[in-house]
Amino acid sequence: MRWYWIDKFVEFTPKQSASAVKAVSLAEDHMHDLYPDFPMVPHSLIIEGMAQTAGMLVGEARGFCEKVILAKINRATFHRLVRPGETIVYTANVEQLNEAGASISGTVSVRPAEAGMPVELVAEIELMFSHIDKNMAGMEFPEHNFVFTEHFTELLRVFGIDTNVRL
Amino acid sequence: MAMSRDEIFQKVSAVLVDALGVDDEEVTAGAVIRDDLGAESIDFLDIMFRLEKAFGIKIPRGELLPDNVANDPNFIKDGMVTPEAISILKQKMPHSDFSEFEKDPQLDHMSKLFTVNAIVNYVEGKLK
Repeated sequence: MRWYWIDKFVEFTPKQSASAVKAVSLAEDHMHDLYPDFPMVPHSLIIEGMAQTAGMLVGEARGFCEKVILAKINRATFHRLVRPGETIVYTANVEQLNEAGASISGTVSVRPAEAGMPVELVAEIELMFSHIDKNMAGMEFPEHNFVFTEHFTELLRVFGIDTNVRL
Repeated sequence: MAMSRDEIFQKVSAVLVDALGVDDEEVTAGAVIRDDLGAESIDFLDIMFRLEKAFGIKIPRGELLPDNVANDPNFIKDGMVTPEAISILKQKMPHSDFSEFEKDPQLDHMSKLFTVNAIVNYVEGKLK
């Protein structure tokens, strides 16, 4: 299994915002791990989906030269569960971005499985990302970018964003 | 109208409460950000982002908290910060109070330079 928690970018405005979607399937193992007979997406994996959406936005802002890691979950407020058959929509906005890292605010919503139902808010999430080579003075990391692997940059190539990552 | 020092302190306090999850009453003027409020290295970036947003200022890298001084082997001898390094730090951190640190300038004590008061001084200087 690959560590993808988004399926596709549907909007990508460099240095500003990005939206990605994920279709939630009953076939996914993690749906069944929290409660017997009540499949749902764990909140931690919803945060991971937002981190992937936002992390690509932060990485692209500096040409994928930085090793961008999720440093802090500043806030994660959940309003609703996500169930099989629904489509998650992640929207991330860059609040601050500098050479040391970035802060992001985002919303998670779902398109319900039932036809004609309105999009509903699932969560509001604020994240902070660090460019680790700029923040861990004295520590050495591999020269190659182990964060933005080919798997992730493929997500952007599909959307037509050029990703010249040094792998 | 210019913000008073007390107003700056209140805003800095709110930033630290949000960033570090501490209680209001823990944020005193003399509280050391790392030792008393429990900040870890990654929290400093968070604090800077929040200060920028709260006060509408830009904090250039190394201005509030100089980096790399502690990693320069020329500035540390036998675990002590050299007078030369202290002199450089004083120039880089005019917002910090060095009087206590200078009495026993161990490298481990450097974190004591970064207090709530130092942040308030820094912001006050930026807003002038």
